Amino acid sequence: MSKVMKALNRLLEWVDARFPLTKLWNEHLAKYYAPKNFNFWYFFGSLALFVLVIQIITGIWLTMDYKPSAEHAFATVEYIMRDVEWGWWMRYVHSTGSSAFFIVVYLHMFRALLYGSYKQPRELLWLTGMFIYLALMAEAFFGYLLPWGQMSYWAAQVITSLFGAIPAVGDDLELWIRGDFVVSDVTLNRYFSFHVIAVPLVLLGLVFVHIIALHEVGSNNPDGIEIKKNKDANGIPLDGIPFHPYYTVKDIYGITIFLILFSIVVFYYPDMNGFFLEHANFVPADPLNTPEHIVPAWYFTPYYAILRAIPDKLGGLIAMGFAVMFFFFLPWLDRSPVKSIRYRGWNYRIALIVFVISFLVLGYLGMQVTTPVKTILARVFTIIYFMFFLLMPLYTSTDNDKPVPDRVRYP
Amino acid sequence: MHDGEIDKQRRRFLTTVATVVGGAGVAASTVPLISYMLPSATARALGAPIEIDISDIKPGELKIEKWQGKPIWILRRTKQELDDLPSLDSLLRDPDSSVQQQPPYAKNEYRSIKPEYLVLIGLCTHLGCSPKYLPDGQDILGPDWKGGFFCPCHGSEFDLAGRVYKGVPAPTNMVVPPYKFLSDTRILVGADTGTA
Repeated sequence: MSKVMKALNRLLEWVDARFPLTKLWNEHLAKYYAPKNFNFWYFFGSLALFVLVIQIITGIWLTMDYKPSAEHAFATVEYIMRDVEWGWWMRYVHSTGSSAFFIVVYLHMFRALLYGSYKQPRELLWLTGMFIYLALMAEAFFGYLLPWGQMSYWAAQVITSLFGAIPAVGDDLELWIRGDFVVSDVTLNRYFSFHVIAVPLVLLGLVFVHIIALHEVGSNNPDGIEIKKNKDANGIPLDGIPFHPYYTVKDIYGITIFLILFSIVVFYYPDMNGFFLEHANFVPADPLNTPEHIVPAWYFTPYYAILRAIPDKLGGLIAMGFAVMFFFFLPWLDRSPVKSIRYRGWNYRIALIVFVISFLVLGYLGMQVTTPVKTILARVFTIIYFMFFLLMPLYTSTDNDKPVPDRVRYP
Repeated sequence: MHDGEIDKQRRRFLTTVATVVGGAGVAASTVPLISYMLPSATARALGAPIEIDISDIKPGELKIEKWQGKPIWILRRTKQELDDLPSLDSLLRDPDSSVQQQPPYAKNEYRSIKPEYLVLIGLCTHLGCSPKYLPDGQDILGPDWKGGFFCPCHGSEFDLAGRVYKGVPAPTNMVVPPYKFLSDTRILVGADTGTA
């Protein structure tokens, strides 16, 4: 061993006597055993973490030049876009990053539905993930107001008005959330505070808890078989491989492919034809004039379609709330003994296909101007959406599940 | 207490007292955290009443001003438009303005002090978008449209007195703010006593 290596080893020993560095490295990477049969769907957890890092870094840099006031906000965004070196890049990476975050998280959640990753013993892992999803929605909503464009302004006006639908306390709550009689400079300032400090702190805390919970129970896999049931003489799962280097390499490969696609959007389609950056938001906020057609960002449109489908102000709010909250109860609504879709019967397979279609159709309808036909469609798919959850105990307990093998298969 | 024996009762008492006092402290500290977010004195002062000159509004014309950051509409209605209002009653959710969306002096068939001048807060009662003024003759809402306001966000419709139509998402008529005439050509919006 060379002198340098010896010195480094002594340094490591010195640190380990004072901080569990080697222990942490082993427990969470080098001797953390993950199932050997991960597939495509297992890229999205590490990708979500990667996008979070992108958002935090670009967010810190954007904060250097952005001014959260009704007078300056719109102008400073344009200043960043035109005058600041690489400002356009910083902003487009951040705005594309928000959409990418939701794409990655929706795929990550879909993976859980495919392979029953929310089922026992991973209920808390699922719940912490759902809280991350809620925090992410709050983060996106608060951030959306900051450019102070027409869409920013009226989206915030509509969403804060939703709280006014709550009986008794609604009007006071609405005033308290805005800090003014309408969405104003005051509202913009506090949303900035929420967007750059409050929610990111919560988000980081939740991500930490999510990973600790994951490493306690271990990852699920495409076969939905617990690898901890089959261990060798040393207590190492027979179907497990060390996370590092096997999955660190796999995840870096995933990140590379992701960055290629991400860069194509950032450099060639930063507004994604109005999906990632809406056209009406290139006009400064005008509190006296609502644009002709307002819609939320694409990742909220399924819920927005449900809100509009209900012909009652409070009823719409409740339905929209339940549409999100039902996900929390999945571990207890699903009565099937089988986790993975590979060994589930056709009841669940069809239910999942229909649910995904209803989510996508609602997402499409939420972007469109309402017409009588589209309203009826939205109502039909809202019912289908809720049936997926409400009927789940029934169709999962009577499903024609197949026998699950002892050991995992490739891939 | 003696001989190293633990007085469990005393220990329980101290734990309880510390928890209760600490809990009260935490509860009390939520008061500033919550109150801080209410509208500040400045925000409330900006909500002070404003004076609006209405002498330059032509019949059928809508003037937009700002009060409390909200659009304030003053619409000068024509004789024809006022005469048409009662004919719409059957199509409206609350034709007699029985829901408290206006001061008592505006609870009449025109929802205004002087029939000619309608004063409204120009925000939809559904989710707070600002509706579009579509006078009679702009029949994008069908040939029976007698003129009124149309909200682009979720399709709510109101007549020329700000009364809501049936079958739209908005639950109530548009709000008439407190106001009074200071003279024939000036109104005060935001208060119905004193001056600005």
